[in-house]
Amino acid sequence: MADVQLVTLTIEGRQVSVPAGTSILEAAKAAGVLIPHYCYHPGLPIAGNCRMCQVEVEKLPKLAPACATAVGEGQVVHVFTERALAARKAVLEFLLLNHPLDCPICDKSGECELQDYTYLEGPAEGRSLDPKRFNPAEDFGGDVLYVTNRCILCTRCVRFMDDVAKEPVLNVSERGDRAVIGRFEGKELTHPWANNVIDLCPVGALLSKDFLNKARVWELDRAPSICPNCSQGCNTILETRDNQVVRMRPRSNLDVNAYYLCNEGRLDYRWMNRADRAEAPLVRRGDRLVAADWDDALKAAALHLNGKRAFVLASPMLSNESLWMLSRLVERTGGAGAFRVRRGPEAPLAGVKDLALRAERAANVRAAEMFGFTKSDTPLDGMRDGDVLIIADHELAEADHAALARAGAIIVIGTVLPEAARGALAVMPATNMAEEEGTFTNLRGRVQRYQQAKAPPGMSRPVWWAVADLLAYLGESAGYYLAGEAFAALAAARPEFAGMTYDTLGFRGQLVAGAAAPAETTP
Amino acid sequence: MGYPHASHAKETPVLSRYFGDPGAKTLDGWRQRGGYRALEKALGMPLADIVNEVKESGLRGRGGAGFPTGVKWSFMKPGDGKPHYLCVNADESEPGTFKDREIMRWTPHALIEGAAIGAYAIGAETAYIYIRGEFTEPLRVMTAAVKEAYDAGIIGKNAMGTGKRIDVHVHKGAGAYICGEETALMNSLEGRRGNPRIKPPFPAVAGLFGQPTTINNVETLAAVPHILVNGAAWYKGMSRSSPKSTGTKLFSVCGNVARPGNYEVEMGFPFKEFLFDLCGGPPPGRRFKAIIPGGSSVPIQTLEEAEATPMDYEGFVANGTMLGSGGVICFDDSQCMVKHIARLARFYAHESCAQCTQCREGTAWTTRILERIERGLGTTQDLDTLLELSDQMTGKTICVLSDSCATPIVSGIQKFRAEFEAHIKGKRCPMGATAAA
Repeated sequence: MADVQLVTLTIEGRQVSVPAGTSILEAAKAAGVLIPHYCYHPGLPIAGNCRMCQVEVEKLPKLAPACATAVGEGQVVHVFTERALAARKAVLEFLLLNHPLDCPICDKSGECELQDYTYLEGPAEGRSLDPKRFNPAEDFGGDVLYVTNRCILCTRCVRFMDDVAKEPVLNVSERGDRAVIGRFEGKELTHPWANNVIDLCPVGALLSKDFLNKARVWELDRAPSICPNCSQGCNTILETRDNQVVRMRPRSNLDVNAYYLCNEGRLDYRWMNRADRAEAPLVRRGDRLVAADWDDALKAAALHLNGKRAFVLASPMLSNESLWMLSRLVERTGGAGAFRVRRGPEAPLAGVKDLALRAERAANVRAAEMFGFTKSDTPLDGMRDGDVLIIADHELAEADHAALARAGAIIVIGTVLPEAARGALAVMPATNMAEEEGTFTNLRGRVQRYQQAKAPPGMSRPVWWAVADLLAYLGESAGYYLAGEAFAALAAARPEFAGMTYDTLGFRGQLVAGAAAPAETTP
Repeated sequence: MGYPHASHAKETPVLSRYFGDPGAKTLDGWRQRGGYRALEKALGMPLADIVNEVKESGLRGRGGAGFPTGVKWSFMKPGDGKPHYLCVNADESEPGTFKDREIMRWTPHALIEGAAIGAYAIGAETAYIYIRGEFTEPLRVMTAAVKEAYDAGIIGKNAMGTGKRIDVHVHKGAGAYICGEETALMNSLEGRRGNPRIKPPFPAVAGLFGQPTTINNVETLAAVPHILVNGAAWYKGMSRSSPKSTGTKLFSVCGNVARPGNYEVEMGFPFKEFLFDLCGGPPPGRRFKAIIPGGSSVPIQTLEEAEATPMDYEGFVANGTMLGSGGVICFDDSQCMVKHIARLARFYAHESCAQCTQCREGTAWTTRILERIERGLGTTQDLDTLLELSDQMTGKTICVLSDSCATPIVSGIQKFRAEFEAHIKGKRCPMGATAAA
């Protein structure tokens, strides 16, 4: 990196130095100036077709497309001159010429770049006296719907399938203003990463059938999160409406997922909304489980644990904080812990280094193993007869049922009370990942934060909180009230996490000690 | 001119000398007429000498842009370790232009010889002749001639026994106008959609298959053998007006004119004499109203402008237009300019590759407005709108198709505004060209 040549230029009066070869558009971003654009996307090859990013460069006779023009030493760039504004206004008028202006019924409305730039720089009225052209919408297969009339033909979707997914499905069919995005014969958008064309589409032309007519986007609340559905750790935005997760979208992190998120990951969010949740702590009174307050449940659990060995069945979907706290319980009682992870076919995104839907379909397998939990298809094998079995939001399979009878007692800390664990002595309601703040460690050892996206049901608490309190009842001084405090304690205790805090993790996360730094995802 | 008429005494037939002479089509016939002597000579010359000779001759690109051919060749760096390519642009699609077609129909070996010299001069072992899909006869003739040249060992891995490799491939396009744009042609040759590429990089740096490439027009290459045989000074001597325009130029003449066809004259020949003497003027009883001198993409001239023009690159520019491809389209006083300009715009709207927004939407929108005016449904606002749209369609896109659509619109409104206004005020076409809506 030392021999990178820097070029200094002035954009809108701001001096900025960027590596030689950078586009004016990216240099402007670095200077804090957004040049309007459609076809340009940092993850895709340059197309230069929308002509929206035209800017004035001193000494150049013509306006320059900022995405396709490299910076030059001493260049002076003006983004908002009369000539540049007129050119972009004209582009917007051309783009709107045949656009149906059906924003009131368009899912993209509110997050549409055609809307945004039209409000900023576009014409107030159209001048065309002629009827607009009409093309019917088309089902592109998979989860993708193509609303032809809204398309501005920026070809981001075509380039994604060609150059990132490396499975050409889409093309530009026809010429002139008859042109539309077409599919090669017999092809459908069923590639496991195909839904990214929806995020890439700057307008409402490519829509998710899953999200179709579900919500107006301005009604959504958003939280930065991590996709929990495999061990890749893709950065996401969780979007909720009325406390329901309605959409999961990628958030860019060049160290992990570039700009993308796979279909399986993004569409697997409904479990976050399940309604049959454990909402109150329960304790056993004779043959019944009765609602109690947290102290009663913690006391009952502590009573049973006293002097016994704990065997913890810990879900690999739990946060670092929760898994670490459970590992302390294992340590304190001289017990053991294990987990099972669901597996599926791996699906790489060919054009991005080290990015795939991973075979292990859980977010935190690496941390679970790091904290001493044994990965096994029959995790209860390691349980000794008479152990107190703590089921920490782990799913129970048919094969586990027989082993449950060997437990001295069962304590459930979970989002639900599994049917097979109805014999539990105490049940503590837990939050799922959308309802809490925490961190995951991905398969490459990258520790990344996620934030709370929705309110937890009833009296549920994060697992780390319940376990910390339980440890307090067992005689350890715990006292963590915030996830950040629990993480700080974890970082102080575990050398792999030494020096990390929620602040240092930032938006790109940090690697645990000893993990090799992966190459950036951008090829 | 030659075929289909006898050559006019004022013509200077160099390229067109054997038009209409079936004997010139065959290799033997071509050799009897002096063919392949230039290639033989070139293969014994240092590459730089060939380039310098062409540079010295003043030969400029005949496809429309008029870029000096020798200078273009000098951008190539033979021996840089990369494969070089020569593309021959035989996608002659410019409305009003049909000179390359005749070169290929009657003198296919002239093109092969020129292409072989060009390829050799730029350090390329492969030349591709990209022929427009509709040119079925030229394709057949060229394919047969290339086979003859291969069989005779003129081209191939041991060209004329010199041990030098020159392959020539004939490629049939699918008939898209845009594939005559040099980078779209390269995309098309590579098997991609014929979309123009963003420049830079220019073809001399990264062209066909990403390698250094030169692309020349058919007429340009066909002139090269004559330059090598007769010398740069001879070629340079054929210049009647501006010294920057040398040699002969083929003009394709069509429209309302007594004798349409191809005419070859020295650069700088008076356009007035050309139109009235060589071409025989307008049809009987009519007057010329407008001339498009260089294919449909150049500004329209009034007769007065045309009459003052010497026919070379500088002369046409000085008189408000461009030499372009040399496709002369004549309109007499019976013609409705609105109708013809609308027709031209419709052509561009149909042929736009759909990449750039201004072109994709602008060509179609201007067409709709023009056709509406022609039907008598125009408004006074429309002319301002057309001029504004044309301004936004000029100099703002990847290639110049959009500019080409705007050019006849702008020059048409400037020079024939009264006709447009008559359509709008009278609510019908005053020439009766199109029935009122």
